[in-house]
Amino acid sequence: MAPLSDPGTVDPATVGGAAVEAATLTESAADGARTAGTVTFDLAATTVRALNSELHAPSATSYEVLRPQGAHAIAAGVHAPLTVDIRGHAGYYCAGMNDGATVTVHGSVGTGVAENMMSGVVRVRGDASQSAGATGHGGLLVIEGSASMRCGISMKGIDIVVGGDIGPMSAFMAQAGRLVVCGDAGDGLGDSIYEARIYVRGAAGGLGADCVEKELRPEHAAELAELLTAAGIEPTGAYAPTRFRRYGSARRLYHFATHNSAAY
Amino acid sequence: MCGIVGLHLRDPELYPQLGRLLETMLCQVAERGPDSAGVAVYGDRRRCPEGHAAVSVLLPMAAGAPAPGAVSAAVLDAARAELSAAVRAALPGEPEPVVTAAGATTVIAAPVAVDTLVDAVRRSAPAAMIVGSGLDLTVYKDVGNPRDLAVTYDLANAQGWQGLAHTRMATESAVVPAGCHPFSVGPDQCLVHNGSFANHATIRRELEAEGARFDSENDSEVGARFVAARLAEGVDLDKALRLLCERFDGFYTLLVTSDDGFAIVRDAIACKPAIIAETGAWVAMASEFRALADLPGIDTARIYEPEPERVYAWHR
Repeated sequence: MAPLSDPGTVDPATVGGAAVEAATLTESAADGARTAGTVTFDLAATTVRALNSELHAPSATSYEVLRPQGAHAIAAGVHAPLTVDIRGHAGYYCAGMNDGATVTVHGSVGTGVAENMMSGVVRVRGDASQSAGATGHGGLLVIEGSASMRCGISMKGIDIVVGGDIGPMSAFMAQAGRLVVCGDAGDGLGDSIYEARIYVRGAAGGLGADCVEKELRPEHAAELAELLTAAGIEPTGAYAPTRFRRYGSARRLYHFATHNSAAY
Repeated sequence: MCGIVGLHLRDPELYPQLGRLLETMLCQVAERGPDSAGVAVYGDRRRCPEGHAAVSVLLPMAAGAPAPGAVSAAVLDAARAELSAAVRAALPGEPEPVVTAAGATTVIAAPVAVDTLVDAVRRSAPAAMIVGSGLDLTVYKDVGNPRDLAVTYDLANAQGWQGLAHTRMATESAVVPAGCHPFSVGPDQCLVHNGSFANHATIRRELEAEGARFDSENDSEVGARFVAARLAEGVDLDKALRLLCERFDGFYTLLVTSDDGFAIVRDAIACKPAIIAETGAWVAMASEFRALADLPGIDTARIYEPEPERVYAWHR
């Protein structure tokens, strides 16, 4: 592909089909810490592998991905405080295993966005498919639209804020972290949940085994306000913490009960 | 894994582009099912001229061929000529049937009733496997890379009002043309399946007891026979799929089409992917968004995932 910068200059930051847009130099470039501008990858002209190779050994701090067209594993495995803007819809496992990057998808994502995230922020402006934030250990996942089934399945410390609804079987075996849903939750919410906390503003279709509604105490309202604010939602009026309900584990599945011995 | 794509056109202006759009969609799910690809086109007048019925068959030497080109073109051409002559003899007074090839599949079309043509083909080639029949429907099957097969089928130049395709990663039966989807076991009906049915052997025995005859060992054929049996009883596509949900265990995302319908259903757990996009000009379904990414008007389409055990159906 043709570099977007002046073709007459050889820019060391031009890598693997990427081009540096000279007009969007970042702060860090002024520091001289990096060669940096915004490095742009057009996935109609180059591969996800080239993009991810660059993101795994970054020569800049700011990246833009054009024409993703639903490709899989975009910006997976980033282990640096980069900013990645994806202009369009992404496929499976977008920003998977993210550790420190701020990834924004200006579109929708497929299965497993930010799965196993360790830290950082992943924001989806559209909707997310199944298993959003699955097994995530940390960081913040914001889905401005709705998320499909199994959102937050086996979450282990990640925070997830969903602007719309979540599908059935969400937060299955959720172990730690917070899941905030501004719309409705589908059937089987929080089945076999451990210690994650779930906040739902709308209706919960049905609660899974061992998931119960719990009192929303002041400390919960405070953390909820914090999470909403972090997601860019003003925690007042219709989105005031008092408009939400809290769900969590009844802790009845924690311990072996002798009357269940026949089941083994 | 398997990949599914389907396109139901609402805007007749798009009919000439059906094949091209479907080919683009199919190529995007090639990795999901790299061992074979089957396609169904409704209204491909190259192979099923107006006023004709069409029967799509796998001739005996082609049905079990383990690789593209395993049967020489000369052998297949000779068998096709023989079939053509036999069908013509079986339909006295009718013009010579239109016989075309699409991969391992042979399509025979004649200006007679569907049943009449099916019967003529059965009598002419008792060992051939009928993989599709109808007034609009033509079915193409073969093993090999889906991208290559799209070229073999000349899919890009197909026209029509509805089509679907399936890329297969075999789990329950052999990689041969006979195991390819779609399964078409009733007039102008097709079913493609991503997943695996758990209780298909039981339902197969029940359907056999009711008189159904099976062509393959494939679990998905059981689903197709079940739907065909319900449709034959007079229930509509929507109801037939709700009955399927009640009777079948296992994993499934199904796309089922009929002479006027296009329907989608997923099992209660819904772990097999599906995404639907709709505009005023078309309804499309695929295993993944990337198969829909190049459709005209996708940027303003309504895009959503079908919910578990809910039937989504559209009619012409």
